[in-house]
Amino acid sequence: MNMPAAPKSFYGYGIPYLKVDNLPGSLIVLEGTDSVGRSTQIEQLVPWLEVEGYAVAQTGWTRSPLLSDTIDEAKAGHELTVTTFSLLYAADFADRLENEIIPALRAGFIVVADRYMYTAFARNAVMGADRHWTRQLFGCALVPDLVLYLKIDAEHLVPRVLEGKGMDYWESGMYLGLGSDIFDSFRRYQSRLIREYNRLAQEFKFITVDARRPIETIQAQLRHRISAHLRARNHPTVRQGTPAVADTD
Amino acid sequence: MLTEPHPYPGKLIVVEGIDGSGKSTQLTLLHRWLVSQGHKVFFTEWNSSALVRRAMRRGKKKDLLTPTTFSLLHAVDFADRLNYKIVPPLKAGMIVLADRYAYTAFARDVARGVHPEWVRGVYSFAPRPDLAFYFRVPIDVALDRLLGGRAKLKYHEAGMDVGLSRDPHESFRLFQGRVLELYETLVQQFGLKVIDAMGYIDSQQQIVRRMVSRSLRDYAGTVAEVAIKALHHA
Repeated sequence: MNMPAAPKSFYGYGIPYLKVDNLPGSLIVLEGTDSVGRSTQIEQLVPWLEVEGYAVAQTGWTRSPLLSDTIDEAKAGHELTVTTFSLLYAADFADRLENEIIPALRAGFIVVADRYMYTAFARNAVMGADRHWTRQLFGCALVPDLVLYLKIDAEHLVPRVLEGKGMDYWESGMYLGLGSDIFDSFRRYQSRLIREYNRLAQEFKFITVDARRPIETIQAQLRHRISAHLRARNHPTVRQGTPAVADTD
Repeated sequence: MLTEPHPYPGKLIVVEGIDGSGKSTQLTLLHRWLVSQGHKVFFTEWNSSALVRRAMRRGKKKDLLTPTTFSLLHAVDFADRLNYKIVPPLKAGMIVLADRYAYTAFARDVARGVHPEWVRGVYSFAPRPDLAFYFRVPIDVALDRLLGGRAKLKYHEAGMDVGLSRDPHESFRLFQGRVLELYETLVQQFGLKVIDAMGYIDSQQQIVRRMVSRSLRDYAGTVAEVAIKALHHA
């Protein structure tokens, strides 16, 4: 028999017209800087969870149908300030929260989020936005059940990016004028970003996983942490012989 | 920032009120007069930046917007105009006239259901205007004016997205009624100057000009004008 899920809450003032006290699903977030390997890990986590009998929904940063085009265009045009940047991200986030995340949680899904509001907190801090303002802005966010943080340092990140897709303008923080070339800028920008993530990891009690380890080792650790969480929550699964919440409605 | 005076040499004057209150007419007349007085004036209006136009149009057409995304898209528009349109003329010492300001979000978005403190936080980067007028008008008068000018009420203007009523007129009455109540609290909280928008257009304008004159008493003109004056005195 399943215990009722622990009630969810908003991070700040919240969204008054949304009821979040009966969301049986679990919101699991993967955080970490660019190219740390979040999507590789998620690709392997999702089929594993499904084999375990959980229904899974995925959501990713700046992927909302409402705003992804606008964000891409604005980035290409370099016309954004830290304020408009943050507000666009918040709009994208709210769109996904209301139209994807909360409905899936209501239906008892596990929602795996590739990045969450902490990414905005880290980036904004590096870009020099008012920290208090950024946090107020994301007061509409739901507090996740579990935040798994893939921790790396700039030294280990650099070769990984160079072997992969290469350094891009935004992920190198070129717009901040931190260095004369993209390599220097990337290292400085990512070091600052990682420092912010580490700070947030302490404050918000992320579960930290060493992302310098081999992919399989990281995956095993993530699964271990997620299993423990789901057991503790008594998350509804097909295996346990309980009908999915959506079907009982 | 909405609680402290801005540090710029220019002046920021804004008008607020529901659709049909006559605020835009009054602002146009004020604009003409200020220019005729030799002032350098810049005009800007709500929801007019190119940055979010596409997302806004798409969201509205497909009814994709929730009260929260509606609010945030307007905030993007505002922040974009603030950065490119409002602050530069203020720094140059010009007079900026804004048709609607952050108070519109505090009234409309809260009427749509967002948290009043959340939306105040979102807009906390906005500089405080030197003068903010609120054109107070009863719903029926606003409705008459709007229907006299054009035949149909706009979907969002009537608050049809909120789902208060299927009849656009009834929806407008209910939604804008909430907006009016919220404006009254803003008058208190932010010291908006209330103008009775039932009065004759020209007498309203006289009051507006008198109050603007008073607000401009410590205004020295644009940075360039001040520099030229200083040269002459030297």
